[in-house]
Amino acid sequence: MSLESLYQEIIMEHFKAPRNRGEIATPDVSISMNNPFCGDDITLHLALKDGKVSDVKFRGRGCAISQASASLMTEILKGKQMSDAMTSAMLFKKMMRGETKKHEADPLGDIVALEGVRKFPVRVKCALLAWSAFEEGVKGKK
Amino acid sequence: MASFGGVAVFNARMPLNPARVRADFPILQQRVRGKPLVYLDSAATSQKPEVVIEAMARFYRESNANVHRGAYKLSEDATAMFEGTREKVARFIGAPSAEGVVYVRNTTEAVNLVAHGWGRKFLKAGDEVLLTEMEHHSNLVPWHLLKRDRGIVLKHIPINDEGRLDLSRLDELCTMKTKLVALCHASNVLGTINPVAELAAKAHAVGALFLVDGAQAAPHMKVDVGSLGCDFYAFSAHKMCGPTGVGVLWTRPEILREMDPFMVGGETILEVFLDHSTFRDPPHRFEPGTPAVAEVAGLGSAIDYIESLGLDSIHSHEESLAAYAQQKLAAIPGCVLFGPRSGPRGGVACFNLEPIHPHDLATCLDQDGVCVRAGHHCAQPLMRRLGVVATARASFYVYTSTSDIDLMVESLNRTREFFGCR
Ligand SMILES: [Zn+2]
Repeated sequence: MSLESLYQEIIMEHFKAPRNRGEIATPDVSISMNNPFCGDDITLHLALKDGKVSDVKFRGRGCAISQASASLMTEILKGKQMSDAMTSAMLFKKMMRGETKKHEADPLGDIVALEGVRKFPVRVKCALLAWSAFEEGVKGKK
Repeated sequence: MASFGGVAVFNARMPLNPARVRADFPILQQRVRGKPLVYLDSAATSQKPEVVIEAMARFYRESNANVHRGAYKLSEDATAMFEGTREKVARFIGAPSAEGVVYVRNTTEAVNLVAHGWGRKFLKAGDEVLLTEMEHHSNLVPWHLLKRDRGIVLKHIPINDEGRLDLSRLDELCTMKTKLVALCHASNVLGTINPVAELAAKAHAVGALFLVDGAQAAPHMKVDVGSLGCDFYAFSAHKMCGPTGVGVLWTRPEILREMDPFMVGGETILEVFLDHSTFRDPPHRFEPGTPAVAEVAGLGSAIDYIESLGLDSIHSHEESLAAYAQQKLAAIPGCVLFGPRSGPRGGVACFNLEPIHPHDLATCLDQDGVCVRAGHHCAQPLMRRLGVVATARASFYVYTSTSDIDLMVESLNRTREFFGCR
């Protein structure tokens, strides 16, 4: 258990220079969520078109883990078919619960760097915040 | 009301020796990842000295029985300890008698008991309750429910940028409509110590009652409910070297006698019929079911322990630690301090280390065995007033030394390096 395993380079990089920050002018989904434990918050905007996540933007205040996870998530979701986006969300949650087999989470890409957060149980919620917002926001949408 | 502290009076002016005090606390002897444990979260809960742990264990080994029930020696002993501690608590806070001392689970339950037992009975639509901007959620939310259910009006004394109450508009806020003024004696976030006696006089001048949340004060300084002018005073054992699960609501007996019980059942009743019951006199009317007897034994031992150190010594020890911490923290680039920088204050240092989020900070410090709190500290309205989502907080107690603060500062500097701060 070391700080390096928690704050991997890719995480710090996304924290310092988050991707897809901002708002969508007329979003199809707009949802805000917070993590009452440490006060991380996020507002997630999605544009949905032809069964795809055509655009994603977020704004948030919070720790490096929550903000990097949000930034990495936007890169994963953008352009994905909705069903694939949901599968990614499920896979990410499974990884954070420690239930994925070796290489099972690899399709998620860079965000597997967040797996180290599992060793810091109180911080798992930080990593999950953006993903929970996504799942909640698209409930009942196709 | 004269208070007689026994050993406490003898030791009142002796400066604390934190190294010697630390030896009394078994948990502080452990090492975390090979480093000494630096416990800086005493405002959340204090650690427990061996004597308190032993007092509770001894109760279970030698005297365990239910109180006020059995006509046998064991139960009589337990009852004598339980009621004797009530007397001790009364003396500890300068109360004239034990009649006003109600055992509750913690300060939160104490405030809820006032809101239910007194508020629901006596407050009407349009009545005002005056709180402050620096309250813990536990002295906000119970009143929110009364606002919703009874239509009372809530007002708040603002704070200034230094984190002290801004009393300039007090005459507009505290009027004949005000029925209760309720505030913390000391802020769990800022360390501010509020001018309680002055506000009590103001409350009484308009005919309001006066409630003090003493969770962050009773463990750290001499409290005298008489000279402070309190009608209600609440605190928790676990923040003053005692166990979790027991706290105290002291209420002026004339008021307590008029209050409704909040929970009822065994222990609270005089006579029960099929369709109604009559209630016992206070304080037992407010203590339903089997109480936390062993915890009360622990509370009594905790009072003895902190009085043996001397409440005045504890207060000056913490005040100098706070000054030391502020000076050390202010020297770190990017460190933003919250709370009073001068004048009376408690042993709390509330800060942020820009641009690092306090949550990340707490995780990094934990790697060095340094325990600080990060978050909103159950005071979200105060966080909004300070313009932040969360802060880091280091809080001190009898066993804290300047070397704990030095270790925290070293760890903060390592964290800055790790995050690439210049
Ligand atoms: Zn977080």
